Amino acid sequence: MKDIPDGLAYTKEHEWARREGDLVRVGITAYAVEQLGDVTLVDLPARGRHVRAGERFGDVESVKTVSELYAPCSGEVVEVNERLAAHPEIVNASPWDEGWMIVIRPTDVTELAALMDAAAYRAYLASLDH
Amino acid sequence: MSDAPLRRTPLDAEHEALGARLVPFAGWRMPLHYPDGIVREHHAVRRHAGLFDVSHMGELWVRGPDAVEVVDRVVTNDIRRLADGRARYTVACNERGTILDDLIVYRVAADELLIVCNASNREKMAGVVRAAASGRSAEVDDATERTGLLALQGPHAFDVLAKAGAPSELVSMPSFSIRRALLAGVDVWIARTGYTGEDGVEIVCPWESTVAVWRALLAAGAVPVGLGARDTLRLEARLALYGNEIDETTTPWEAGLGWVVKLDKGEFTGREALAQARRRPLERTLVGFEMTGRGIARHGYQILDEDGAVVGVVTSGGPAPSLDRNIGLGYVPPRLSDIGTALRIDVRGKPVDAVVVRTPFYVRPREPAAP
Repeated sequence: MKDIPDGLAYTKEHEWARREGDLVRVGITAYAVEQLGDVTLVDLPARGRHVRAGERFGDVESVKTVSELYAPCSGEVVEVNERLAAHPEIVNASPWDEGWMIVIRPTDVTELAALMDAAAYRAYLASLDH
Repeated sequence: MSDAPLRRTPLDAEHEALGARLVPFAGWRMPLHYPDGIVREHHAVRRHAGLFDVSHMGELWVRGPDAVEVVDRVVTNDIRRLADGRARYTVACNERGTILDDLIVYRVAADELLIVCNASNREKMAGVVRAAASGRSAEVDDATERTGLLALQGPHAFDVLAKAGAPSELVSMPSFSIRRALLAGVDVWIARTGYTGEDGVEIVCPWESTVAVWRALLAAGAVPVGLGARDTLRLEARLALYGNEIDETTTPWEAGLGWVVKLDKGEFTGREALAQARRRPLERTLVGFEMTGRGIARHGYQILDEDGAVVGVVTSGGPAPSLDRNIGLGYVPPRLSDIGTALRIDVRGKPVDAVVVRTPFYVRPREPAAP
């Protein structure tokens, strides 16, 4: 299993959320990418859209499957990774970094506390392997 | 789905050692892809040579003086006119004229035929062929669990074979022929057939020697390819997949497989129903489409007309790595089947534009003329 970076918050659906000042950057984990295989299409919301924690905000499609994306916290989408429209393979190459998906201006950052930290996410992944 | 333990091919440990993602498929544990991933494996087949383990597929041998007659009564294509060492693609239908399975029949000798059928239909087809053989002078041997089957596909397939020490004259084998050969010291059947739209061969091995052949072909430069790329390759080549394009609710006429039905060849199962269906206008027909909007069609999605009315269903869909487009196959009424007809695909509630296109989506470039 790939390293799980500390300092991020993780959802059960394998999104990661990173605090960056007042904002939260969101992507999917290396585990999610490994399960998906080659990503061929990333469907993201328009900037300005409001999302609620746990709500579906987009889709990631690989050659064989479709996977839904869930918001780790509520707020306004202030940035969208436009590069992924033409180059979805960036998600495979760099899930933690260049393959980020959206940036949210959260209405309530304490929502992130309800998510898993790196240690809990590692344990969660180990439980999935059974 | 049953909870029976998955069957393992003779290459199970090889796949695991290569780091394959192994998934259940038709009751077998099969490689979906290796660490390279589906897209790279797909390109390896189109540009070089890919090696597939398809040992899950069924091998039914029919032997005896009536072997040809027995098989001919089960399938829609004409097997009586098949010469020794030649093969034919066909379907087998039930009495209603709908499709039990699609298969390749290899005539090894006048009294010995090999049927390769889908893994999911193996028991059914073994039963159908046995029933046809009863009272006739032929025996049916389901050798699936004693037989390994490899597919070596791609423009360099014969270079790989030569490098693995196969007889050099194999390259002059006609398409859809089969012969015996020695490969990696193993006595195998080699057939110039496949399911990718590329040139190549399929290799029938004794179970216990399959590993030796597999390793020899990998050492000679073939790239291991899983079922994921097998599906993208066959879709680009518009080859039907049983369970998607064809099943016991579809006729060969609807599926664009009328060319394998020979109504005038003599008696065979489903002939009467197929002849009747032929005289009626089709209610639906299989078309290829390309997504012009942003979205990927998947098996089971609804096809809409321009007014948003449901007119059909997607049978297969996904990205086409060789075309860099999203493509699909589906059933529509004949009035919507002309090339260029605008359709919409209901992609999880969102109508996405698509257009009917010519198939196959991908045709391999002509080989240079032989020297």
